[in-house]
Amino acid sequence: MATRIGVEVSIAVADAVKMCNVDVVAAYPITPQTHIVEHLAELVANGELDAEYIPVESEHSAMSACLGSAASGARTFTATSSQGLALMNEVLYVASGMRLPVIMAVANRALSAPLSIWCDHSDMMSVRDTGWIQIVTENGQQVVDNTIIAFRIAEDPRVLLPTMVHLDGFNLTHVIEPIIFPEQAEVDKFLPKNRFPLPLNPDRPVAMGDFAPPAIFMETKWAQEVNLRNSRKVILQVWDEFNKIFGRQYYPVEKYHSDGAKVLLMTMGSSGETASVAIDELRDEGMDAGQVRLRLWRPFPFEELREAIKDADVLIVMDRAISFGGPGGPVASEVKNALYNQAKRPKVVSFVISLGGRDTTVAGFKDIVRKGIEIAAKGSKNEYEIYGVRE
Amino acid sequence: MAKSENELTWKDLEIGCIVTAPGSARQYESGTWRSQRPTYDFNKCIKCGLCALYCPEGCIGQNKDGNFEADLFYCKGCGVCARECWTRVIKMVEEVE
Amino acid sequence: MEKYAIYVPRLVKKEENFAPGHRACIGCGEALAIRQAFKALDNNVIVANATGCMEIVASQLPFTSWQLPWIHTLFENTAAVASGIEAGYKAMRRKGIKLPENTKVVAIAGDGGTTDIGLQALSGAMERGHDFTYICFDNEAYMNTGIQRSSSTPFGASTTTSPAGKKSIGQFSWKKNMPAIAVAHNIPYVATATHGYPFDLMAKVARAVATKGPAYVHVLSVCPTGWRSPTDTINRQARLAVQTGMFPLFEVENGVYKMSIDLPRLRPVKDYLKLQGRFRHLSDDVIAQIQKRVELEYQKLLENVKHGSKTAKRKSSAGSGKVPA
Repeated sequence: MATRIGVEVSIAVADAVKMCNVDVVAAYPITPQTHIVEHLAELVANGELDAEYIPVESEHSAMSACLGSAASGARTFTATSSQGLALMNEVLYVASGMRLPVIMAVANRALSAPLSIWCDHSDMMSVRDTGWIQIVTENGQQVVDNTIIAFRIAEDPRVLLPTMVHLDGFNLTHVIEPIIFPEQAEVDKFLPKNRFPLPLNPDRPVAMGDFAPPAIFMETKWAQEVNLRNSRKVILQVWDEFNKIFGRQYYPVEKYHSDGAKVLLMTMGSSGETASVAIDELRDEGMDAGQVRLRLWRPFPFEELREAIKDADVLIVMDRAISFGGPGGPVASEVKNALYNQAKRPKVVSFVISLGGRDTTVAGFKDIVRKGIEIAAKGSKNEYEIYGVRE
Repeated sequence: MAKSENELTWKDLEIGCIVTAPGSARQYESGTWRSQRPTYDFNKCIKCGLCALYCPEGCIGQNKDGNFEADLFYCKGCGVCARECWTRVIKMVEEVE
Repeated sequence: MEKYAIYVPRLVKKEENFAPGHRACIGCGEALAIRQAFKALDNNVIVANATGCMEIVASQLPFTSWQLPWIHTLFENTAAVASGIEAGYKAMRRKGIKLPENTKVVAIAGDGGTTDIGLQALSGAMERGHDFTYICFDNEAYMNTGIQRSSSTPFGASTTTSPAGKKSIGQFSWKKNMPAIAVAHNIPYVATATHGYPFDLMAKVARAVATKGPAYVHVLSVCPTGWRSPTDTINRQARLAVQTGMFPLFEVENGVYKMSIDLPRLRPVKDYLKLQGRFRHLSDDVIAQIQKRVELEYQKLLENVKHGSKTAKRKSSAGSGKVPA
């Protein structure tokens, strides 16, 4: 019987990892991910999870140990945030280049300087190009579901790519939410039994990590890109399968009253739920407004995005990160890119909000939508708008 | 013989560029590097095998008479074997074109 | 050290797991040391290799010189990758996955990838007690990138980033004592070796790999390219490093030191230094400095050996049963 309990989301993530019968956990603590690795340590210590728990001495070593573990054919998990994600940056590229299925929960947190332990997406945006599959979540149920789904996708022989599940630091990691945990037997059936096809094994020696001279390097990168793009099909299939078994359906772009809406608000992450309330209120006030929420960040869902916004006149994109000296909102700039060649496209307005844990309220979101409509109509001398900075 | 790096297409590559043929680098003729070559007076050879143990290339093996001789396909002409040979079997000579 | 045992064909296996056709420099001591090390082991080994000379010369896509399972990822994380492989195998075995019995994990790296950038990962792996062997092939500089100094470069050596000049004597610091750092981590086995004494090297590598828990072997590897020395005398150079006390050969088993070779008297360091172009610029003053320091370090080592045998005697007289090797 599936059980519905109130639990802190970090604990729920660790429990989801336990349900997936992970083999190796490499753990280095960093706020706000700590409760995830702490609970995993507890589960291993109590014998509830049979896994090797490696308390590594840095995040760089955490991801490196994950490389070794995945290469040996073991199911591997780690979690981190901002500074840790930045520290393991070079290893992330190696994981995807070597097609090693490592699953990582990222508790999104602002990048220094100045130091901030609070939520924003600057860490997520700093790893856009690393070649990992990236799924963004908004509430505890989505995190638990997509953690289980991540193992299924990453280890699929058609994919074999490392996968990140993003959840907002503090806003999700440290809140207690009602979460439905599936039955263990169902999870066991859902997850793959097959292991990495060419693991490190003396019975069949392979060499991993050769260097590539210029004559062949481009081919290696194209092979990697084709594989990441093709993984989209598998992700959709897996989400469908998940729905059939567990009754919850996920989409690359999720819609909230967006069909036919003239004004659309785009969000990523937990602030999307607050924004939904704002959309409800705006609609009650008579505005033809809707919301689209980005769930699949990489591979970028070009088709689904274009379909979801096709009727809108104005698309206001929320970003919780800044690309300094550049387009401002990274998500907005990618959205603009996706729509550039479309014959019919909405006016895109970019807002940078909620950096370093600054909350945007329901009223704030309504304000942003109204401002966005104004800017779409009259234009702006700014490339993007930043919301809530005290002048 | 395996395709060289100039010929492989992106579809030829194994996942993650993993190489599944152990020791495939044996096809590389490192012997083209040398400017001197070992020559042998096998009358003095006591078949101790120390030259084989000290060869950085690992290209010294026993010929049909049991004497240790370098495989010139790989031999880079470093001269270590000549130095280490107890009974002075080996003399390095200039490699002439 | 064992008696000089010859008749190599009887004592050393024929298989070359580090196959010829690799692209190491002519006369490469490191390639030789790797060859010898892997002759001491069977094929039930997984190798994690750091970025460096040995990785580059053996792994140009789409070929490999290795006939063992091998993984290279980055420069500084070899010990962490080895930790992951060891943990992965442990977990999978427990869960009943069919794997070869008793597979050993061997991490190999150069001096740069060990004493400098790789030190953190190595320290972590040793502290956590993973069952693996770490072999540092020390050619005393970042050779693959063009002979730049590392913390393993000996005092006074000229490298491209510590060149000898009007205002410089070359490397300004003393070689980092990596074996001592390993011993300080309380691991069961630490040893130094060199390809100049191959049977000693092979015995130590075999012993390290057979040891349960972390083991560390530091192998002096002569680099004629970087040391500006003749290619044919690499083994003589290695032996002189040992005989002058510049690179003593010893083992430390569970904290007890044991010298591998009895040197009643050390040869003057000049005998070693004069063979290499990287020391060509040294004045007699600096050489005297080096001589003094080498003697001091050697004395400290001998003290550790004496102390170790005293401790062992105390223990055995107290009846705790641990007999010195």
